[in-house]
Amino acid sequence: MEKNLICIGCPLGCPMIVTVEGTQVVEVKGHTCPRGEKYAHKEVTDPTRTVTSTVRLQGSMTGTPVISCKTATDIPKGQIRQVMEAINAVVATAPVTIGQVLAENIAGTGVALIATKAAE
Amino acid sequence: MKQYDIVIIGGGPAGLAAAVAAFDAGCQSVLILERDHCLGGILNQCIHNGFGLHTFKEELTGPEYAERFVRQVQERNIEYKLSTMVLDISPDKVVTAVSRNEGLLELQAKAVILAMGCRERSRGALNIPGFRPAGVYSAGTAQRLVNMEGFLPGRRVVILGSGDIGLIMARRMTLEGAKVLAVAELMPYSGGLKRNIVQCLEDFDIPLYLSHTVVDIQGKERVEGVTIAQVDERRRPIPGTEIHYECDTLLLSCGLIPENELSKGIGVDLSPVTNGPVVNEQLETNVPGVFAAGNVLHVHDLVDFVSQEAANAGRAAVAYINGKKVQQNAVPVTFEGGVRYTVPAAIRPEGVEDSVIIRFRVGDVKKNAVVKLLLNGELVLRKKRPVMAPGEMEELKLTRQQLEQYPDLQTIHITVEEA
Repeated sequence: MEKNLICIGCPLGCPMIVTVEGTQVVEVKGHTCPRGEKYAHKEVTDPTRTVTSTVRLQGSMTGTPVISCKTATDIPKGQIRQVMEAINAVVATAPVTIGQVLAENIAGTGVALIATKAAE
Repeated sequence: MKQYDIVIIGGGPAGLAAAVAAFDAGCQSVLILERDHCLGGILNQCIHNGFGLHTFKEELTGPEYAERFVRQVQERNIEYKLSTMVLDISPDKVVTAVSRNEGLLELQAKAVILAMGCRERSRGALNIPGFRPAGVYSAGTAQRLVNMEGFLPGRRVVILGSGDIGLIMARRMTLEGAKVLAVAELMPYSGGLKRNIVQCLEDFDIPLYLSHTVVDIQGKERVEGVTIAQVDERRRPIPGTEIHYECDTLLLSCGLIPENELSKGIGVDLSPVTNGPVVNEQLETNVPGVFAAGNVLHVHDLVDFVSQEAANAGRAAVAYINGKKVQQNAVPVTFEGGVRYTVPAAIRPEGVEDSVIIRFRVGDVKKNAVVKLLLNGELVLRKKRPVMAPGEMEELKLTRQQLEQYPDLQTIHITVEEA
């Protein structure tokens, strides 16, 4: 099977054709540098993303309604939806410090959800 | 009247970095004036990650990047005033501001650093036909509503403009449950990063229509629909290519303009290309002791370079206060081959400490390009660029040593040649 990808490594944005057999990458075409090949392998076999969002905040002295958060590391791309649903169910209580864990093991990914902003 | 050595207008990434650098260069009397209720500026609403790769060698979100600099400001006990709006700066550097806590303030500064950032191009400036219903937002306004105020401004969305804020908001609105129907871009290429095209549009199957624009907005009280159409090479809509969307929201991500009302009041000369001040190698404007850095000077793509540039402005302001004077005439930086502007616009070799970074943009996409810098017509720097785009700021580093080779410097010239 062939998959078309655009490399995100640099502004060049090489259009790449990746040939896949089962779960194995057998050929990458169209890249101009090793970064493209590496990205193609990762993106085809194990695409991941860091999810950033906000959660509701209660008890804030300053009246801050939401605070920003992120998954502590990247999570499988296919699970973005489930992770967002889980994030939307989280309510944080002020005060919150930056880097504080807001939820362990978000949506069963094994990755924590952490605050990216402090709130009083 | 209260006196400060340096008053910094704006507490975003530029203002924070300028304050820290000025303090570290030995200036204790620094004041930051910020109109919002917290420091950090636009970074507070940029909750996505990808900030700080150059500065901190890790990927941070906007608020995290801001926090690093806010902490540095607080560790140094640098004074700042929040919810304080600067109304006027006089040519002799009297800063007039208002705040709820302190009322009307008048401050005398020895040096001023302009760090007010930029504004989004509004619907009025775009000349989009149609009614003026609710539901038309700039992408940045929508970003603030979603990420800081906790509101989702619409359910079915069309986005005009494929700059990075537009792309980021396409993903953000989608993640929060809205349906983003399309992103239309007037130009035949996107102004956004490839990474954002892939991760914000393709990941969510959002179509991007290049060479398209909005030709009609329907709805009287609230947006009910938007019509886009393809444009020809002169950017005029082509009849018969219309696509209609039923939607309740139109987001505009159509460029950023440096916010220089205050600069004009001081008598600072502005560039018609960047809409920012014209500065020399010290990032000093035509008004002695008034410096500029960050998006108020020229719109950046990466905050890392804003911080870097602003730190230079901070140090230059301290040198100015300490009485450093450069008597030399400035040599204008000239250019050809599609370069639109340079910052700085002119260089006095004696004013260069170790090196000066010349930043510039090209007007359209170039492939297999070679950038050359010539001093007195002689080649000094040569850089190969596989691809150059208007959305990517370029830079050249010119060292003092290289400048000293030309004691009688007459011209500094940059060319871009395509192979």
